[in-house]
Amino acid sequence: MASRDDIKFLSNPKIGNNKKKYCRFKKYGIRYIDYKDSEFLLQFINPQGKILPRRITGNSLKFQRKISVAVKRARHLALLPFVADQLK
Amino acid sequence: MVQYEVTFVVDPVLSGDEMKSTAQVYVDMLKNEGANIVHVDEMGLRQLAYPIRKKLSGVYYCIEFQMENGVFIDKFELALRRDERIMRFLTVRLDKFGVQFNQDKRDGKIGIAKKKREEEAAAKAAAAAEK
Repeated sequence: MASRDDIKFLSNPKIGNNKKKYCRFKKYGIRYIDYKDSEFLLQFINPQGKILPRRITGNSLKFQRKISVAVKRARHLALLPFVADQLK
Repeated sequence: MVQYEVTFVVDPVLSGDEMKSTAQVYVDMLKNEGANIVHVDEMGLRQLAYPIRKKLSGVYYCIEFQMENGVFIDKFELALRRDERIMRFLTVRLDKFGVQFNQDKRDGKIGIAKKKREEEAAAKAAAAAEK
């Protein structure tokens, strides 16, 4: 007989808290993405230094394109790595 | 008038004076061509994300300038390319949002300056509350 403590693992804990993703640039009215601000761009790349897809970041297409351009510019200037192992 | 922004990385082996003169050479070059220098930003010595010419750090400079047209940019980039002291450079044409962003950044409306000011204000408020 399963005890009460076991039962809580039977249901998916993520059910019921699916927050809707949003584009932070649209929401907060950010119009320009600075390629020199590597700290900010870190939010949009994974630990390997790859650009995160839109389905994860929730950016609108317009700003996802701008992000990708900014990240690529930052890479050229050695502000961000092309490849990394443990970036974050 | 079109606003441009050129960022370049200078070799860190040079001494401080040489470094400044390197940046000054390009500022003067732009001025001679009739460019209106908006701002020269010394971003300082930074760690590079990957080695360039076997060096792990570089000094970043960013010059913002206005020009009637982009004819001179080609020549300017050629000069940067030929200069051995310059490790990397990037010239970007700024759109109206970019111009606005850089202006706000200088005025301290966004980024680190704003955060600092907010923290100071919070600290002051906390101090006032204690009294």
